[in-house]
Amino acid sequence: MRDSIRLKDYYRENLLFSRRAYALIIAVVIFMILLMSRMIYLQIIQNDFYSTMSLNNRVRLVPIPPTRGLIYDRNGILLAENLPTFGIDLIVERTPDLEQTLEELADIIHIRPQDLEKFHRLRKRTKPFDPVPLRLRLSEEEVAKFASNRHLFPAAELTATLTRHYPFGALTAHVLGYVGRLDEYDLKKVDTKQYSGTRHIGKIGIERFYESHLHGSVGHQQIETNARGRIQRVLKRTPPEPGKNLHLALDINLQQKAMSLLKDQRGSLVAMEPFSGEVFTLVSMPTYDPNLFVNGIDQQSFDALNQSIDRPLFNRAIRGQYPPGSTIKPMLGLAALDNEIIARDYKVYDPGWYQLKNDDHKYRDWRRGGHGWVDYEKAIVESCDTYYYDISLRMGIDTIGRFLHEFGFGQPTQIDMGSEASGLLPSREWKYAFRNEPWFPGETLITGIGQGFFLATPLQLAYATSIVASQGHRTNPHLLRATSDHTSNNLDLVNHATKPPLSLKNPANWQLTTQAMVAVITHIRGTANSIADGLSYSLAGKTGTAQVFGIEQGERYEKDKVAVRLRDHALFVAFAPAEKPQIAVALIVENGGSGGQVAAPIIRDFLDFYFTEKSHADI
Amino acid sequence: MQTFDYLDHTTTSPIFERIVKRMHLDLPLLLALVLLCGIGLIALYSASGQNINVIEAQLKRLSVGFIAMLFAAQIPPRFYQFSAPWLFSIGLGLLAAVLVIGDINKGAQRWISVGGFSFQPSELMKLFVPLMVAWYFSDRPLPPRPLETLVATILIVVPVFLVARQPDLGTALLIGSSGFAVLWLAGLRIRTTFYLILTASACAPLFWMLMKDYQRQRVLTLLNPESDPLGTGYHIIQSKIAIGSGGLYGKGWLNGTQSHLEFLPERSTDFIFAVFSEEFGLFGIIFLMAIYLFIIIRGMQIAIHSQDGFTRLLVGGLIFIFFVYAFVNMGMVSGLLPVVGLPLPLVSYGGTSLVTLLIGFGMLMSAHTHRRLLSS
Repeated sequence: MRDSIRLKDYYRENLLFSRRAYALIIAVVIFMILLMSRMIYLQIIQNDFYSTMSLNNRVRLVPIPPTRGLIYDRNGILLAENLPTFGIDLIVERTPDLEQTLEELADIIHIRPQDLEKFHRLRKRTKPFDPVPLRLRLSEEEVAKFASNRHLFPAAELTATLTRHYPFGALTAHVLGYVGRLDEYDLKKVDTKQYSGTRHIGKIGIERFYESHLHGSVGHQQIETNARGRIQRVLKRTPPEPGKNLHLALDINLQQKAMSLLKDQRGSLVAMEPFSGEVFTLVSMPTYDPNLFVNGIDQQSFDALNQSIDRPLFNRAIRGQYPPGSTIKPMLGLAALDNEIIARDYKVYDPGWYQLKNDDHKYRDWRRGGHGWVDYEKAIVESCDTYYYDISLRMGIDTIGRFLHEFGFGQPTQIDMGSEASGLLPSREWKYAFRNEPWFPGETLITGIGQGFFLATPLQLAYATSIVASQGHRTNPHLLRATSDHTSNNLDLVNHATKPPLSLKNPANWQLTTQAMVAVITHIRGTANSIADGLSYSLAGKTGTAQVFGIEQGERYEKDKVAVRLRDHALFVAFAPAEKPQIAVALIVENGGSGGQVAAPIIRDFLDFYFTEKSHADI
Repeated sequence: MQTFDYLDHTTTSPIFERIVKRMHLDLPLLLALVLLCGIGLIALYSASGQNINVIEAQLKRLSVGFIAMLFAAQIPPRFYQFSAPWLFSIGLGLLAAVLVIGDINKGAQRWISVGGFSFQPSELMKLFVPLMVAWYFSDRPLPPRPLETLVATILIVVPVFLVARQPDLGTALLIGSSGFAVLWLAGLRIRTTFYLILTASACAPLFWMLMKDYQRQRVLTLLNPESDPLGTGYHIIQSKIAIGSGGLYGKGWLNGTQSHLEFLPERSTDFIFAVFSEEFGLFGIIFLMAIYLFIIIRGMQIAIHSQDGFTRLLVGGLIFIFFVYAFVNMGMVSGLLPVVGLPLPLVSYGGTSLVTLLIGFGMLMSAHTHRRLLSS
């Protein structure tokens, strides 16, 4: 078989070939159909999916941050603005020789080694056609120099960004607070979409409290980019909505006056309109420059502020908790009258001390020899401690607590600033919960003169005083009067929460107390009689001198300084005019000494200024 | 078989038809090829970012290719048959040489330089392997006996192995498939075919071990391109996005965002099909595939009509190469097959494969037209 000759059978071979060829054609057609189904799958069934992918590939949404709202004082004076600051960006691909360009630029603008280092670090992460920041916050001189040499640097671009600026600086720091760089902690609290283009956020104060008003809403730019991220064209633009402007009740002139009166002293002054609750002045001294914080404060400056023994960053007006001392005596007197513990003609004999039954301890009056027979008015005018020991004991801590609570003590005033301290209005429950001890009668006595556990913020004192001034009218203290948007000058007035008025069983007790407070100044033996000379308006006030606790701290280190810091706090609360109050004010001067001698004269100057200003304004 | 005859009588004028015939060309095939190249130029204009220089360069290559085709068509099939063993031997020698002295380019050793002129010997083998196998079977009675099958298999496997060593998987695949297409057309027993496929599958793990890392990566990428969207999977993902977002009607010529915004890599060369699909949609693809199918069927028809064993086997092998080219390219661009780096025949930008393909078509036309002249 092996050697047998196979003949070619042309007919059979033709047939074989044709069959094989047709089989091949069928195979080809099958493969083509397979390919076709793949295309149908991709282009018809999966079309939506891939169209979206294609769109996501090329279209990028670039956020345009809104312009932050401005803040004005009550007279329309700008307190917070957005100033353009200039910087220089480099687009690396436009430079033929980067090093040379940098050298030439260094002749015109000041480039520090750390700027260069940062530039080179950023450059590695940036595409060559995207700008890389080289310098921020150019001086005016640098801007001018660069502008005139601009043609020499095709790769450099002058960038303008709006930066928050507080023209009054330290004057408004404790009211407005400041904005700072948006950090990860902030991003957890805000709608990240809205803040996608924003770099700054209100960190504290009004800036933080009204962040949602001030921020505005983000705009967008739809841009088409290629695979390397280079922008091809802008497809659509939705402009951002600028933030609302805020119009505060704050009067910058009063603020300035209060600050200059406190000068180098530590303390706080809060003034407000008693009926509306509008806060005119909110000063905490010492203070700081908020502009330092806007673009990040350097460590050295921050440490200086943060570690200062005077604590300039601490907002004493809303967070400082002080024993209110005798300033609460008018409210406490009203409590005794209204609860019918005492009558208007109730009298106490003061030998210079008070003693509880079965107790040897003598609770001393501030005057060694005592005030003799003391009635309701004299107790306020001369600030008699013994009288208040007596009526406090009669009322008991529960009644005191209930009534003083109505004046806003022991709770935040809800001022529109946030991070407010609530003070401490002591009670049996509080003491049991926090000290695990029962309440002792002696503690009721010292509560009655605003000492002991009792703590209040200057704002709480101003609020309580304004309740007395307005005879029970209660509106939460607030700074915001109105808002406006960028398009119109119309002010949208803001309504603030009011509480039902505090009504007394006998409203005449308001007048009685006010009279006594007027006599504090006018009466020859009044504790603030020193400021009575030449008073052109009727002034009702109450002095306070609070003993300082917590002596132990720092005693070993700076003996002479500690001695100063052991002195009493000087307090004064007041309202004027007494018969139709327009302003209520509370002042505390830390370690100032006597309220009548230190705090009252400051208030006198402050109110003189207020009424002079007002009369000018009225004309 | 008579039913296919109408294809020979086109509606063009008799004079034109006569000229075409005198030039040993097949008019339907020629028209289909020109149409395909035209579509290629349209797609290339878009893919290159409307770069007229690229179009000019491609036109130059096409001219060279068509002249080479014309030239190849003038040579009678008898000459190809006569010189087949010599050409094959020279090709094999060059393939061996390229492994020793070849230039290394992009990690692969494919090129050989002779007097300042460099070319890829593997490119030649696309023509020489089917030529050689067709020659081997031309005088032997068919179907082949087992020993003859073994010899033919060795004739195919040796160059395939050499090309795969370069490494050039795509070309190895083309050469192998064209050789086996000839073997199949020669009447390889169905059972033997089955065994061969079985053996090839059994060798797959061995093949896997011989592969370079990047080749393995390509296969893995095919199975799950999303596993590495920015690395090796990027080509496939972007190309699928291009095709899929084209939809039924496409985004319109010059409006393909995937290609114009440079998301699509290799858009002028291997991935031009994705550009075409994005801009012309499913309708465009149907049209393009219809042309490919027409060329393949026309080629097979010419093969069936050939009277002697050598030409029909040669024509069958050549046309099958063309099919594998088109199928593998479209398959890889649409994510059905791994990325092996084969261009879309006559559409992709690029020189050597274009010229080789057109020479192949020249040989095919020569086989067809010389037969007709003799018979009439």
